[in-house]
Amino acid sequence: MNQNNAAKGVQEVSAIITNYINTLAENAGYEQRKSILIPILEDIQEQYGYISKDSAVLICEELKLPLSHIYGVITFYNSLKLEQSSDYQICVCRGTACHVNGSDNLLDILKNAVQSCENPDLFTIETVNCVGACSLAPVFVVNGEIYGNMTKKKVQDLIKELLKNHNKNG
Amino acid sequence: MVNTIKIGMATCGLAAGAQKTYDKLVQLITNKNLDYEVKKVGCIGMCYNEPLIEFIIDNKSYTYKNITQDKVELLINNILNKKYKNNMLEYTENVKISGVPEKSNHAFFRDQVKIITDNCGIIEPLSLEEYKQRNGFSGLKKAFNLKPEEIISIIEKSKLRGRGGAGFPTAMKWKFIASKQGEKFLVCNFDEGDPGAFMNRSLVEGDPYKLIEGMVIAAYTIKASKGFIYVRAEYPLALKTLRKALDICRENNYLGSNILGTGFNFNIEIKLGAGAYVCGEETALIESIQGNRGNPRAKPPFPSDKGLWNKPTNINNVGTFAHVTKILQDGVDEYIKYGTEKSKGTKVISLTGKVKRTGMIEVPLGIKLRKIVFDIGGGTTKKFKAVQIGGPSGGCLPESELDLGLDYDTIIEKGAIMGSGGIVVMDTDTDMVSVAKFFVNFSTEESCGKCTPCREGTKVMLYYLTKILNKDATLAEYKELKKLCPVIKDTALCGLGQASPNPVLSTIKYFEKEYLTKLKDVKRLTQYTINDKCIRCGICKIDCPVNAITGKKGEKHFIDQHKCTHCGLCYSKCKFKAIDKKKLL
Repeated sequence: MNQNNAAKGVQEVSAIITNYINTLAENAGYEQRKSILIPILEDIQEQYGYISKDSAVLICEELKLPLSHIYGVITFYNSLKLEQSSDYQICVCRGTACHVNGSDNLLDILKNAVQSCENPDLFTIETVNCVGACSLAPVFVVNGEIYGNMTKKKVQDLIKELLKNHNKNG
Repeated sequence: MVNTIKIGMATCGLAAGAQKTYDKLVQLITNKNLDYEVKKVGCIGMCYNEPLIEFIIDNKSYTYKNITQDKVELLINNILNKKYKNNMLEYTENVKISGVPEKSNHAFFRDQVKIITDNCGIIEPLSLEEYKQRNGFSGLKKAFNLKPEEIISIIEKSKLRGRGGAGFPTAMKWKFIASKQGEKFLVCNFDEGDPGAFMNRSLVEGDPYKLIEGMVIAAYTIKASKGFIYVRAEYPLALKTLRKALDICRENNYLGSNILGTGFNFNIEIKLGAGAYVCGEETALIESIQGNRGNPRAKPPFPSDKGLWNKPTNINNVGTFAHVTKILQDGVDEYIKYGTEKSKGTKVISLTGKVKRTGMIEVPLGIKLRKIVFDIGGGTTKKFKAVQIGGPSGGCLPESELDLGLDYDTIIEKGAIMGSGGIVVMDTDTDMVSVAKFFVNFSTEESCGKCTPCREGTKVMLYYLTKILNKDATLAEYKELKKLCPVIKDTALCGLGQASPNPVLSTIKYFEKEYLTKLKDVKRLTQYTINDKCIRCGICKIDCPVNAITGKKGEKHFIDQHKCTHCGLCYSKCKFKAIDKKKLL
């Protein structure tokens, strides 16, 4: 990230924080300041895909919360991340219904398909406990879009299609 | 009269491609300039048939299943040519479109009683008009004409029990908190974390006002001024729907100050979870709303004494609030027609796994499990093996327990729990040890780490289960696992930790054979003893490689079970059938 972008990033993060601080009363106490921490972190996570050290420090200064508490919260919750993820996030649902319908096998197939493709760095493979589309198990979530009734062939086609689209869009 | 097309666009529909179907449908209707109103509705429950399209033509309903994008044009052409008469099958050379029989004729619906899901898949989720047409907010208006104590006694008469899993009587919970003075909070637990459970998501996506109405009734009863809905992070569509529904309620004075001119003030704020299963536990949920790590704490004090910011707080599940709404709308006498003596009303269940018809169903409590699996679910393709009820805190029940009536108390007796109401069906392809390992692995990952029995105990359970699955464990280790489970159950801090051994315990109870046959020293489970046919020849004693057989000449010989390696040599050498082989399995 060049300096310009970084400065813009800081501005945006600080705008998110200010937005939430404005909802608090003036001279809000420690407990009240703490109650807006998780919504702020979620907004930053949604916008940037991760929470950078700079963002965490900024929150610490603005909300006057210990940095250790902020890191404690980030590391506790699964959807908050400290590292940037790749272009395509593929979440394999590991809920009960998906497990019974063979999602562990598909996870291996997906890993192989990604490993053997031309550009493995494009993909991040994650697992999620349950997305609640159990009737269509096994389920994948690709960048927020849900794919139901996955099979070995569908997994391989999915990787091919994502790669094709990526190359087309540059 | 305008004809209507309804298309199910809940998460399950979208996963099956309903968005593309919808786009195509709208495009066709615009291009052909047809007089149809297209409505996006929630989930009617038949998830296995998604994407579902319902045509309402001259007040008659025709439903078609699995309408993917490519089938839309053909379907519309059929409809235009009025080929929809018998509502069943329409064929062309390449594409087959199948209809769904009418609800009253369909095995999937026959045994269901739709009380709280009566609007799901029927109305447009965010249309206040349609909700009101179907009795919406009439429960709230009734409640405002009653005193809080009167509402509590109605709920008491309905015997409503918390639909979150534990089945605690709702009226009792409300009584505790209604007697408290000062500022109070109301929280809706929509952190539906159990893998295999999605009924709350379907309900909120399909009929969000029902939840809001129930919450306002509850707030009025216990005199709470502020409410929170704790929404699971993995449910983006439900979150979006709920946010809009809350806005609409505020605009129409169902929320805010001086609600419907009664002078009662109440508002609801959404709190988004961040992907931690333990936050479904009420004290952890409170910590999370307050901006902390979601660690549970010991009870008492219960949240009704010290909850959010140490103020009295009442926490109920989404389903519970929806039931409250319906009890007030339809009257308590109508409600208690369904269910058993101790568990009244209905329960929404997500039926998944290896059954033919998966989806969201609503059944009266006390219904037989066999009915759910084989009548509503249509049975399994391969031979049925077990149902898993209650997620990671629940257990597996075998075929012999299928005639059990589904209610809170019976299920607990049998080693499972009602939980949030997810039923996962398993057939002979499923290995029960692997199922137990799956749940323990889940609990290990989701353990918050605060108390030792759960943090370390789940790890040790996982270690043994992995060893057993790899056929690398000994009988002694298996016994160790069996000993560990009740210890965790007795000593863990919160409900989730205490329930984490349930999947292991219940699979051991009903499927112990699957564990034993995987043990490394499975031979040990064969016991050799010498019977009275022994003629004292001493052949076995000479052949035994470990000198486990003793006996003087002229005496009956004896096998020392501690030394015996179960090799079976004596058994094969004895010519007089004097050695008994007994399988302990």
